[in-house]
Amino acid sequence: MQRAAALVRRGCGPRTPSSWGRSQSSAAAEASAVLKVRPERSRRERILTLESMNPQVKAVEYAVRGPIVLKAGEIELELQRVMALCTYPNLLDSPSFPEDAKKRARRILQACGGNSLGEAPTCQAPRREMNESSQAAPALSGGSCVRMGSYSASQGVNCIREDVAAYITRRDGGVPADPDNIYLTTGASDGISTILKILVSGGGKSRTGVMIPIPQYPLYSAVISELDAIQVNYYLDEENCWALNVNELRRAVQEAKDHCDPKVLCIINPGNPTGQVQSRKCIEDVIHFAWEEKLFLLADEVYQDNVYSPDCRFHSFKKVLYEMGPEYSSNVELASFHSTSKGYMGECGYRGGYMEVINLHPEIKGQLVKLLSVRLCPPVSGQAAMDIVVNPPVAGEESFEQFSREKESVLGNLAKKAKLTEDLFNQVPGIHCNPLQGAMYAFPRIFIPAKAVEAAQAHQMAPDMFYCMKLLEETGICVVPGSGFGQREGTYHFRMTILPPVEKLKTVLQKVKDFHINFLEKYA
Amino acid sequence: MQRAAALVRRGCGPRTPSSWGRSQSSAAAEASAVLKVRPERSRRERILTLESMNPQVKAVEYAVRGPIVLKAGEIELELQRGIKKPFTEVIRANIGDAQAMGQQPITFLRQVMALCTYPNLLDSPSFPEDAKKRARRILQACGGNSLGEAPTCQAPRREMNESSQAAPALSGGSCVRMGSYSASQGVNCIREDVAAYITRRDGGVPADPDNIYLTTGASDGISTILKILVSGGGKSRTGVMIPIPQYPLYSAVISELDAIQVNYYLDEENCWALNVNELRRAVQEAKDHCDPKVLCIINPGNPTGQVQSRKCIEDVIHFAWEEKLFLLADEVYQDNVYSPDCRFHSFKKVLYEMGPEYSSNVELASFHSTSKGYMGECGYRGGYMEVINLHPEIKGQLVKLLSVRLCPPVSGQAAMDIVVNPPVAGEESFEQFSREKESVLGNLAKKAKLTEDLFNQVPGIHCNPLQGAMYAFPRIFIPAKAVEAAQAHQMAPDMFYCMKLLEETGICVVPGSGFGQREGTYHFRMTILPPVEKLKTVLQKVKDFHINFLEKYA
Repeated sequence: MQRAAALVRRGCGPRTPSSWGRSQSSAAAEASAVLKVRPERSRRERILTLESMNPQVKAVEYAVRGPIVLKAGEIELELQRVMALCTYPNLLDSPSFPEDAKKRARRILQACGGNSLGEAPTCQAPRREMNESSQAAPALSGGSCVRMGSYSASQGVNCIREDVAAYITRRDGGVPADPDNIYLTTGASDGISTILKILVSGGGKSRTGVMIPIPQYPLYSAVISELDAIQVNYYLDEENCWALNVNELRRAVQEAKDHCDPKVLCIINPGNPTGQVQSRKCIEDVIHFAWEEKLFLLADEVYQDNVYSPDCRFHSFKKVLYEMGPEYSSNVELASFHSTSKGYMGECGYRGGYMEVINLHPEIKGQLVKLLSVRLCPPVSGQAAMDIVVNPPVAGEESFEQFSREKESVLGNLAKKAKLTEDLFNQVPGIHCNPLQGAMYAFPRIFIPAKAVEAAQAHQMAPDMFYCMKLLEETGICVVPGSGFGQREGTYHFRMTILPPVEKLKTVLQKVKDFHINFLEKYA
Repeated sequence: MQRAAALVRRGCGPRTPSSWGRSQSSAAAEASAVLKVRPERSRRERILTLESMNPQVKAVEYAVRGPIVLKAGEIELELQRGIKKPFTEVIRANIGDAQAMGQQPITFLRQVMALCTYPNLLDSPSFPEDAKKRARRILQACGGNSLGEAPTCQAPRREMNESSQAAPALSGGSCVRMGSYSASQGVNCIREDVAAYITRRDGGVPADPDNIYLTTGASDGISTILKILVSGGGKSRTGVMIPIPQYPLYSAVISELDAIQVNYYLDEENCWALNVNELRRAVQEAKDHCDPKVLCIINPGNPTGQVQSRKCIEDVIHFAWEEKLFLLADEVYQDNVYSPDCRFHSFKKVLYEMGPEYSSNVELASFHSTSKGYMGECGYRGGYMEVINLHPEIKGQLVKLLSVRLCPPVSGQAAMDIVVNPPVAGEESFEQFSREKESVLGNLAKKAKLTEDLFNQVPGIHCNPLQGAMYAFPRIFIPAKAVEAAQAHQMAPDMFYCMKLLEETGICVVPGSGFGQREGTYHFRMTILPPVEKLKTVLQKVKDFHINFLEKYA
């Protein structure tokens, strides 16, 4: 609520129309004549107000968008080159681009010869540039192609969905992936809200319940609120490195059954904001639980490339599901999500992402395509970016060495910063930080003295919001209070990204330390 | 319903997991052990089924990409497999996607986009200076500092550090990176450019960048503002007035939000003009069962192509003021006006010219996009929404709602910037840009006239003038026997007609029932985007088909 109020304050005041000389047009004179029929009145009550608006939208809270949203990695060159070539194919003639980048761009522009629904059947070569190479100039009829300026099929470009499926198969050690089960999305957020939109139904006690971890990424609570679904919290175990415990799932689902119909279980692995990486055993337990309780599984795996602890490994829900045998793999309904925005690429701006669905009812696939088609298609540039991410340069290609260097540098740096952050936070009295096994955030627990809690109450703020506001005011460091993600009653946290460069991060951590010690003294 | 069923049939069958050698991992062995505790069972009932799914989503219909388009895809696959048809290719005249029909991208736009995407190219001599200037400006986000943007704005790896202008300091000064999230509302500098464009377009009526929201195509803006507007239950559920025929985004979003659709009919006998008396009828009738709160206008019309007169817009604004309706003006075809006696007038401009009683009271959201006009850049999903008289608290709510989806694609925002900020006289690219723009718009005008003329030569087809937009929406006479045949196939008569047209000629158009039409009348929507010669062939084929159809079902 405070958040909403703060957001509101951000909006500018009502604008009084400036006097820009109305008499200039005869049409305006006519209009004035019309107006004379009506008495001049003072400003009326607006139609759309906080009272009259959609109450579900009003209830949405979303804590993350603050001034500090930093970019992760910088695997830019490979992606930039291919994207520029796709954008302006004249550059395919330019000698300053490596051949493999051109090859990739040509491949995307030709959409691999597949022919996808809703795509242009007539696929003319761009203006002049592609007519040298017969390979690069698809015939006018037959054979689809990708044009950055055309709508793609609602589900996404066929060839890119094939590349995604091949990527998943490689990632999962051979577990097959079917391009028909891949839906390209506008970032992962779009996929998550779309599938939730389809899932929510019923009224009263049979309204759909959606289980989400606490702490959670607030997209989930926002979409649940928007859809007027029932949020069912399960708590991650902070004492145990934020691990997910199936007994806690069981407790949550049992309690929820009194007032809703729990139908969906959302998992974020690696965790956001909590950074834990689920063990294979834990994933199995979760899948078994979903099978038992007949829950539709949502696996948010956008941080799958961001695993830093040497004793942790990313296991996809899809892979574990298949390894558990046909009873599970042919029954448990699963949607998992990936994105171009995280990992080592950190290409947030393109809004690329995909969703893979398993065991989705064929009729529902039709419904999903229909729903997606209303928004026409995900941005084609984001689809192209996704393709580059799932289909990176391989050994022997010209760009491979540079690509690998950049990728390792980004991930190596993140691992170093994850360790650094954990270590430094844990040196501060009154701060406890679990290991950052993965993802991009620290979510330390902070001790807030009783006097500070009182001061916060006097300001009508949550104590951790008060803390973060003070931190921002005194140091310029912007972090998000734990209350935006959810936390156990009486505990306080904040989420901080580990994305600033190492030296800067050290300074930031030192400042937080100094601030915290001061804060404890001030409110002792 | 037929549509939904057909859509469903499109899905592939349930996938049985292939036997890919489970014994390979010890983990799998553990899993098998766990499994033994449970008896093997046959496939269970799924959790998510047509019966259990969100009923509002189930009720959504979207004809532009509906069953006829799915059928077109099937036919294309058959052609690829060498199956003989009375035609060699499918012509997709179902969707307003100019570049898919061979329209070339505007060179300047793509040059700036390529430079923004890969700033190393700023060194390349093969790009004109004005394109580089625009790209630098976008990359630097004009020095503004917007919420949600990276405060530390590092120069890309090596390319921007030569030029101090292009290398903002680490602190202060924001910049646009195609790979970073932007502010939820969109990049500041681009919103400023949009506001300047609107002010120019509207002959000086001021536009405030704070009132501009960049969106993922216009569709995103329309559904977002509708989402905020819908409330109440029972008889006080929000009613949303939409034209019939309409662009089915509206009915789809209304259905998804469980709002009440209130139809007002455009006057086909009068070139699809909007008549305020019809608005009055519709709102009065609606008040019995809902709370009409929103009035949607599409100008120029989609699928109907009419361009509203200034007088008509004034009447609509007065009506909205009188009835306390929130106005939505879908103006994505604002550059697509072909009839010499028509001009585009923005709702915003007319609202301001009607004086302060209107301009400080009537709540208005208007929409534009990169997908239409002369640029036809559909794939970037660029667009903006301008809001007028939006309550400041609602602005906060809107930003909050937008922030959940983080930001519109930055490449789409950049494309929008180039559209609102094109080359001007004196700049290097101006001549080529103007040539390309005029060629596209001139061709569209020619094709609009051609289409109207040719359709009206066919007995049993009547086509209103295509004053604007990108579509013909001719009325077709369907004989009683064909209506019966359609009923036997459980199809709407115009769906039956369009299916036959597709099967016999390869031409894919959308039946009028997907847009709404008066009971007992039948139409289809066809784009005028194919190149002139091709369009002539298409029209000839439709003519032959229609005459045949009339004979067959006489």
